[in-house]
Amino acid sequence: MLLVNKGQFTDWLNQLIQVYQVYAPVKEDDYFCFKKINSGDQVTLNYTNSKVPPKEVLFPRSEKLFCYRYENGGVQLTEQIDESKKIIVGLRPCDAKSFLLLDGVFNSDKYHDPYYLTRRNNTVLVGLGCNQPAATCFCTSLGGGPFATEGLDLLLVDIGDRYVVEVLTDRGRELLSGLELPAADQEAQEAARRVKEGAALSTQVNLEGLKSKLDVIFYDPIWDLIHEKCLGCAACTYTCPTCHCFDIVDEAEGNEGCRIRNWDACMFPLFTLHGSGHNPRPTGKERFRQRVMHKFKYFVDNFNAIACVGCGRCIINCPVNLDIREVLAEIQGSEVRSDKQ
Amino acid sequence: MKNPYLPLPMRLVKNFVETEDKLIHTFTLEFLNEEDEKLFQYLPGQFAEVSVFGVGEAPFGIASSPTEPGHLKFSVAKVGVVTTTLHQLPEGTVLGVRGPLGNNYPIEEFKGKNLVVIGGGFAFTTLRSLITYILHPDHRGDYGELTVIYGARNPGLLLYKDELAEWEKRPDINLVCTIDRPVEGWNGRVGFVPTVTKEVAPSAENAYAVICGPPVMIKFTMPVLEELGFAPEQIIMSLENRMKCGIGMCGRCNVGNKYVCKDGPIFTRAQLNQLPNEY
Repeated sequence: MLLVNKGQFTDWLNQLIQVYQVYAPVKEDDYFCFKKINSGDQVTLNYTNSKVPPKEVLFPRSEKLFCYRYENGGVQLTEQIDESKKIIVGLRPCDAKSFLLLDGVFNSDKYHDPYYLTRRNNTVLVGLGCNQPAATCFCTSLGGGPFATEGLDLLLVDIGDRYVVEVLTDRGRELLSGLELPAADQEAQEAARRVKEGAALSTQVNLEGLKSKLDVIFYDPIWDLIHEKCLGCAACTYTCPTCHCFDIVDEAEGNEGCRIRNWDACMFPLFTLHGSGHNPRPTGKERFRQRVMHKFKYFVDNFNAIACVGCGRCIINCPVNLDIREVLAEIQGSEVRSDKQ
Repeated sequence: MKNPYLPLPMRLVKNFVETEDKLIHTFTLEFLNEEDEKLFQYLPGQFAEVSVFGVGEAPFGIASSPTEPGHLKFSVAKVGVVTTTLHQLPEGTVLGVRGPLGNNYPIEEFKGKNLVVIGGGFAFTTLRSLITYILHPDHRGDYGELTVIYGARNPGLLLYKDELAEWEKRPDINLVCTIDRPVEGWNGRVGFVPTVTKEVAPSAENAYAVICGPPVMIKFTMPVLEELGFAPEQIIMSLENRMKCGIGMCGRCNVGNKYVCKDGPIFTRAQLNQLPNEY
């Protein structure tokens, strides 16, 4: 464990900006978001969590896949792969864990998504532990924690005027080379320990046996009620660090243009609408069921992990207070009938 | 890293009006670069994403067979933006193709077995690929009897009429075409596919049934196949769902924990029985 004071930390960010694209939490109106910074002064690390998760650094809301141009009787395609070196500073442990889940999707046994994976391989993750988790946080129920290190290269622990730096990977160590930080003394280590002990989460979600319930609950009448207040606005999916659905569209001007992918969401009726007019998920019921089942059953079937990190953004951002913790509790409390159509 | 989103350039060499109502066109495409054809190794049942640059791309089952080198064929109904544009394209236009995508009909497991191919309407595209593959002199000996039951609302809506006429003459395929209502000049059968399947009564012994068509046809043909003794493991189906990426990432074509694009589109009925009825 190393020690860095906060003034020195800002200087360090200014050095890193010379070599890397540095993304960090920046205050915008009354929320925070991860932005590419030009100066260490722009960063606010005294924040709870960002409105939109830092997944958008690796998987932007909108990105060009390639450009095309008709010429000489053929078509010229130009890939648009971002190979710049990046650092995400100040991301929370839950969001770091989400990258491990997204890795499974974008790096399957058969297909590799070069856009996500190139950025992923070129990005160093400097996490920030959560001294004061929010009331909506439930990361510990999902195997994470306010100071979990999974997926991170460095973890910062805020002990007032200084950060204790936990070096977790060689990539993290390299990032610090040239700084010559002192080792954390006993007093700092003690302060870090106290901070960690004080970071209690107020809610727990009982996930025991949930998977085996979801295995047989598809046709259960519970879904008729559970989705009723959902507006289908997709705020939950847009702010979810593990949601990865996207749409692909073309934009053209004259004989050239580009293919673009944009975030999309399973909560929208058009998401699954067939050309024939048939829709396999025609109402809010099927769409809400899909969201819950994908995260807590299908993803577990396919990747042996729950596609939720307990960041609580879907709870904070839901306009009708539809709380995933309550949904799961309701499913857990329901009597499971045999699953028949 | 191979980029699965980059289409291979292909030239549209034929834009053929396939059906009388003009709503289905068959497109024949040739690779612009010879080496791309070697990369594009496909089998019957697979699909591809066809790009009209500047308009978009859409997934279509490959209607040609790998035994027909030099080109790919797609039969496409006019329903949306991409397909409507496709229908209007002049021959010579350069398009893009991504693929082959998805799994194929289990042609290895079919070896030594009798095959009953049941199709309805314009869902006959990948079935044409399969039949053409099996009828090829290099392959015909590997398979047993081949029975094809193909229904359309009227004769004008049958796809690949020239080939149907040729198959009609061959001794190594039992082709039964049917239309919904009698039409003057039609000498074939009249009746819905389920009824005709019952009449033809193919044996389930040492056989596989491959069925592809509109949901209502499938719904009523299933009990007939069951009666004939086809177990769920002997019934092969091909699913369709809205798709974008075609490689299991964009998240919309799943049925339960399976992605139609990556784990399908070909499933046995036994496999589908394990999945929710959400397609």
